[in-house]
Amino acid sequence: MSNKEVRIGVFVCHCGTNIGGVIDCPALTEYARTLPHVVFAQDNLYTCSEAGLAQIKKGIEEYNLNRVIVASCSPRTHEPLFRATCQEAGVNPYYFHFVNIRDQCSWVHMNEPEKATEKAKDLIRMGVARAFYLQALEKNQVDIDPRALVIGGGIAGMTVALNLANRGFPVKLIERKDRLGGLLNDLNKVFPTLDDATKLLEIKDQVLEHKNITVFTSTMIKDVEGYVGNYNITITKGDEEEQFKVGAIIIATGAEVLEPEGLFGYDGKKVITQLQLEKILKEKTLDAKNVVMIQCTGARTDERPYCSGICCMVALKNAQLIKELNPDAQITILYRDILTPGTEYEKFYRDTRAKGILFLKYSPDRPPYVEEDHVRVLNQFIQKEVQIPADLVVLSTPLVAYEDSKNLAQLLKVPREANGFFLEAHVKLRPVDFATDGVFICGCAHWPKDINDTISQALGAASRASTILAHRTLEVEGAVARVNEELCVGCGICMKLCPYDAIARTEDGLAHVREVVCKGCGLCGASCPEQAITILHFTNDQILAQIKVLMEGE
Amino acid sequence: MEFKPKILGFLCNWCSYAGADLAGVSRIQYPPSLRVIRVMCSGRVEPIFVIRALENGLDGVIVMGCHLGDCHYIDGNYEAVNKFKMLQKLLNPIGLGDRIRLEWVSASEGVRFGQVITEFTEHIKSLGPSPLREKEANQQLLEELEAIARVVEDFRLRALVARKRKITEEGNVYEKIIPEENYEELLEDAMNAEVIRSKIYLNLQIGPLSVKELSKRLNLDSASVLKHIVTLRQQGKVALDRIEGLTPYYIAIKV
Repeated sequence: MSNKEVRIGVFVCHCGTNIGGVIDCPALTEYARTLPHVVFAQDNLYTCSEAGLAQIKKGIEEYNLNRVIVASCSPRTHEPLFRATCQEAGVNPYYFHFVNIRDQCSWVHMNEPEKATEKAKDLIRMGVARAFYLQALEKNQVDIDPRALVIGGGIAGMTVALNLANRGFPVKLIERKDRLGGLLNDLNKVFPTLDDATKLLEIKDQVLEHKNITVFTSTMIKDVEGYVGNYNITITKGDEEEQFKVGAIIIATGAEVLEPEGLFGYDGKKVITQLQLEKILKEKTLDAKNVVMIQCTGARTDERPYCSGICCMVALKNAQLIKELNPDAQITILYRDILTPGTEYEKFYRDTRAKGILFLKYSPDRPPYVEEDHVRVLNQFIQKEVQIPADLVVLSTPLVAYEDSKNLAQLLKVPREANGFFLEAHVKLRPVDFATDGVFICGCAHWPKDINDTISQALGAASRASTILAHRTLEVEGAVARVNEELCVGCGICMKLCPYDAIARTEDGLAHVREVVCKGCGLCGASCPEQAITILHFTNDQILAQIKVLMEGE
Repeated sequence: MEFKPKILGFLCNWCSYAGADLAGVSRIQYPPSLRVIRVMCSGRVEPIFVIRALENGLDGVIVMGCHLGDCHYIDGNYEAVNKFKMLQKLLNPIGLGDRIRLEWVSASEGVRFGQVITEFTEHIKSLGPSPLREKEANQQLLEELEAIARVVEDFRLRALVARKRKITEEGNVYEKIIPEENYEELLEDAMNAEVIRSKIYLNLQIGPLSVKELSKRLNLDSASVLKHIVTLRQQGKVALDRIEGLTPYYIAIKV
């Protein structure tokens, strides 16, 4: 706190009759004048009007005020206005304190004017007590690097990269394999259009040729340091290392298809996965008349409780393609539930049925049994086991998270859910963000999804990332946490608790708040065992001062 | 004279404070008992704030935040729960646990805000005025509260509570996950020990005392008093003052 004498001005608002009709505003103003350090108090009909704001400025000037209190509506609506007025008159906006005597007083005690006035007096006394301890704070600016890092070169990553690059942002695109394209490289045709997968892969050339995109294949992320707008990235390609800076990071690492070891006699020859079938169909080497597909292989189990979402459509698509290739083929799809939401997909399902493909529901309690040249399964309708001839059994296995997504999660300090997929900040409100600013998610790394959803989400992630990259600087909120390094013992509790990863360890092992990331929630301060963290603008002094004066006047 | 309860409310900016504003906009009427301190998150509320409020004679204290899962700061309110639970356990033995409350009110629950305040005010009315409105007559209670105040500001319980989610969900430093009930036991033991140590310290701040005198004052057996004295000496909080005959006298080290 500065040594300057504290000079508080209190402005009591009538808000027409909203406050003045219940609370005795002149008496409240009179009362404010009796409080310590209050050198000026005034009541106005509307403090937020031009005239009211002019009165605040005049008060500041004439009485040399260095703290301003307005008792009126709610800081949630009017604090920015009064703060700006203070600033215009040369008073730091953080020297402003709001007392809510309308929304939380006159409006809720309309029939008890005396008690409401009494309450308002208490609230003003508390406000004055806090105002004494207010500190001037600055809003700093932090530069933002306009480049983006996209991790993963599948359809998700390529879409993000291309979209950001077209908006003018330089993009570094990292792919762990030796070529772009991801899972799409292994696909034959895509549903529901039955276009060649290669058609979608045309985007690859655009990515490779784009002047704003640098592609790194066979490359891994080694280290990530920094925070929103200012990440230092280290990548490795073979023995070589490279470092660069970016402002935002998009995770688009995708997922892999479960290899169904030990399930339904999987051997990769006569019992194969849908992905292996894609290859056969692509090469047009299919040699099977009777085909049985088993849905939910290794999915929706205790070990892997989720639905992979895409396998129903994959099976329907491949069944149609086989039928096209060989109209005499007998195809049976053994399923638990068919998931084909939306107009297009449901139509695709009906079309598939119409093409003579058989659907038979099985129960997970009585799963199908694969034998030499047939599959045995309980037909639930007739409650009788049936044998279905099979030259080829195709297992629809789910997409699973990459084993090493854990490493990436740790590097970027973002969470994963129980199945290893990345977890967004809020399932509905922030579907492509992480709680940590500056990092975004899209595609199957987030959850198994089809190409349509992946592209939509990738465009969303690119858009979200550009809201950061488009700014040259980021304004840092003044009311943040600050560590007293004299008191900090480096226990790390605050770093663990911070929902935004805003607290880093210094070289001396102590806690350091990256103010640009801090949201000022105060969790760290309230929890620090050594009380080494001050929550600016909501300091213990400020809060305890309000508590201290609360019972005065009783 | 009619008892007019005075209640302090800590309202998080995003949900409860907004809910309180909505109650106003909707002209919901509730008793004029509440005085509000706005904080950004219910997780910001330090236990010492609540204790100082009670010490000052507030009849009740209510901490209000976003519903679990809806915290503006993702999970700050879970920490509020942990802190509140500890606080209530500390305050129950001295009869003040019933005067504090933790409630969730969202920004759209203006009606509920009014209901919560009305209900809590009625509850406080049924309890009567806080005994600490009359400080002189309740010195003993004040001392007990001061002992608790020291405990919630001390490293051990703060660390234990702040680490709760980590050690019950992710595991301790040995990567061992401590089940919730074991954690509660652990916390309870720590609380009991810390409150006693705090009382010993406060007594020794007034002047040197022997273990026997202390055990009489605190109504505890000498063996456990001695055990705590040993710990307090290790922590550098208590020192040997003198030995009279065969009886050692201890004194608090002022920090």
